[in-house]
Amino acid sequence: MEKIVQSVAEETAAATERKKSKFANGKFARNFKSNWTYLLFLIPAVVVTFVFAYIPIYGILIAFQDYMPGDSIMGANTIWVGFDNFTRFFNDYMFWSLMGNTFLLCILGFLIGFPLPILVALMLHSTKNKKLSKFLQTVFNGPHFISLVVLVGMLYLFFGRYGLVNNIIDAVGGDRYSFFLESKAFRPLYILSSNWQDFGWSSIIYLAALSGVDPAQHEAATLDGASRFQRILHVDFPAISSIVSIMLIMSIGGLMGVGYEKVLLMQTDGNIDTSEIISTYVYKKGLTGLPDQGYATAVGLFNSVINLALLFIANTISKRFSENSLF
Amino acid sequence: MENVFQENQTAQPVEKAQKPKKRRVKESKGDRVYYIVTYILLGLLAAIVIYPLYFIVIASFSSTDAVLAGKVFLYPVDIDFTGYVKVFRRADIWIGYANTIWYTVAYTALSVVFTLTAAWALSRKTLPLRKFWMFFFTLTMFFGGGLIPFYNVVSSLNMVNTPWAIILPGTVSAWNLFMAKTFFQTGVSDSIIEAAEIDGANRFRLFVSVILPISMPIVAVLTLYYAIGQWNSYFNAMIFLQDEKMFPLQLVLKEILTASETTTGGSGETILEQFRLANQLKYVSVIISSLPVFLLYPFVQKYFAQGVLVGSLKD
Repeated sequence: MEKIVQSVAEETAAATERKKSKFANGKFARNFKSNWTYLLFLIPAVVVTFVFAYIPIYGILIAFQDYMPGDSIMGANTIWVGFDNFTRFFNDYMFWSLMGNTFLLCILGFLIGFPLPILVALMLHSTKNKKLSKFLQTVFNGPHFISLVVLVGMLYLFFGRYGLVNNIIDAVGGDRYSFFLESKAFRPLYILSSNWQDFGWSSIIYLAALSGVDPAQHEAATLDGASRFQRILHVDFPAISSIVSIMLIMSIGGLMGVGYEKVLLMQTDGNIDTSEIISTYVYKKGLTGLPDQGYATAVGLFNSVINLALLFIANTISKRFSENSLF
Repeated sequence: MENVFQENQTAQPVEKAQKPKKRRVKESKGDRVYYIVTYILLGLLAAIVIYPLYFIVIASFSSTDAVLAGKVFLYPVDIDFTGYVKVFRRADIWIGYANTIWYTVAYTALSVVFTLTAAWALSRKTLPLRKFWMFFFTLTMFFGGGLIPFYNVVSSLNMVNTPWAIILPGTVSAWNLFMAKTFFQTGVSDSIIEAAEIDGANRFRLFVSVILPISMPIVAVLTLYYAIGQWNSYFNAMIFLQDEKMFPLQLVLKEILTASETTTGGSGETILEQFRLANQLKYVSVIISSLPVFLLYPFVQKYFAQGVLVGSLKD
């Protein structure tokens, strides 16, 4: 990640330098002449990205229109409504519950999902038996490759009324609990299962940074009488702190960005009070029932603008207080 | 040449950092407590990860009644393979399987080719308008049109209810692209390119016969990332496909695994009976669908981890 960020930054710097050059145009022409064949390599990726990422960005215009599927986006009959779709959303009775649900799902997930991989990486790195550590990593990474459908299917199996968890509750004398029909249970189920699936995978990046720690530092600290725990605090943790802040920026940028794919699978009539989030609402308004696409697109756009703003704020703050930043 | 990647491998998380530890004088009490606590926590985590998967396996060939009655915990009870027999008889699962295989193969082939070629071009300092192209792909990581405009584009290309809607969008992921670009920048030395160019190889010959053979690690990583992504995805298929004959496995599974929980109507008993019948089928279909991934996993997992590292490691 940092590598990418770094190389993007390098290129920007290189480009400004190029611009300064007096003979930029001549240079460009000469370079183009001998290197234009590289452009051919780019064509497929550029076409696919243009069609499936950039044309949809143009399609955002319908957020400012009264749009029915099949209407043209820039035709004579296009009905422009300005920010009506947005004000409609702000006045929607669902607005605050959607905002709250989305935010809570993310922030609660973040509170567990952010520190857990760091702790796991620090623990794995400190183990003395490296074979064991490698084996544990293999185990921890495994669930990452389970599909969402299967993961949620497993949740239904384990937390269903006659699933393993309820059987245990029953065995110890409790009452069976319909986890999937209670809105209270949705967030814990969602967050814990997400962490179960990805804590190992997310720890890889920290383990990579930890592998760069100079063993001599540990040795020196040991000679100075530092305990293993102190060495984690004062040797290992500083080594990953820049990665930690980059990941922190990214997570803050995603604080309102929870996707619909897993939530849709877990949604039931019983838990809709907590499980309806902005992205699932966009899906339902825009693609199911009687589609209200201009409105749905406006809601989606509102959400991605918030995400961008959060990312930008987090980046600025991090830049001010440390030298780590995403861009 | 090919060992830049291997260096990464040896620089992987665990290996370093332990050489000097052997001659430590003695462990303090505090350290011993630290290690005990750490091993207990890691052991617990491992159990939490493994047990649900293990339970799915033993439940799949225990009798439904034993599973529902909560008799199955550590080993299979009343071994019974009817779940497997039922799954083998379900045409929709096997049609889904076949569809998924062909979607995955086609999508992965296109993705890997598109990503590799573009990454190669982006890794060349002399690529005309390089900064612009970098920006072109970077932007897609942070901003997009969103679900509805995306759907409308696919729909206006008449791809709805065709396999193209599954195969074409998403063939180029910016993350994977930059990962491959980093690989080319750090893993392919300029001298080999110069040598080939002096020999008179044109750029395509160079790419195919010089660059590709030494880039197999990144080809492996990309193949695995894209293939697993397609194998596991359900959402695009759900919104774009109407014809059940075209459904990929995950969509069929979605019906099997999540449907009955939301079923309403019917007397309590028929629901329970349906549930009983469906239950074993669920355990088995989880296994059948995840089997390919998990059989491959132990062999390919180092490549997965490498992918993360190539994209992130400072060297």
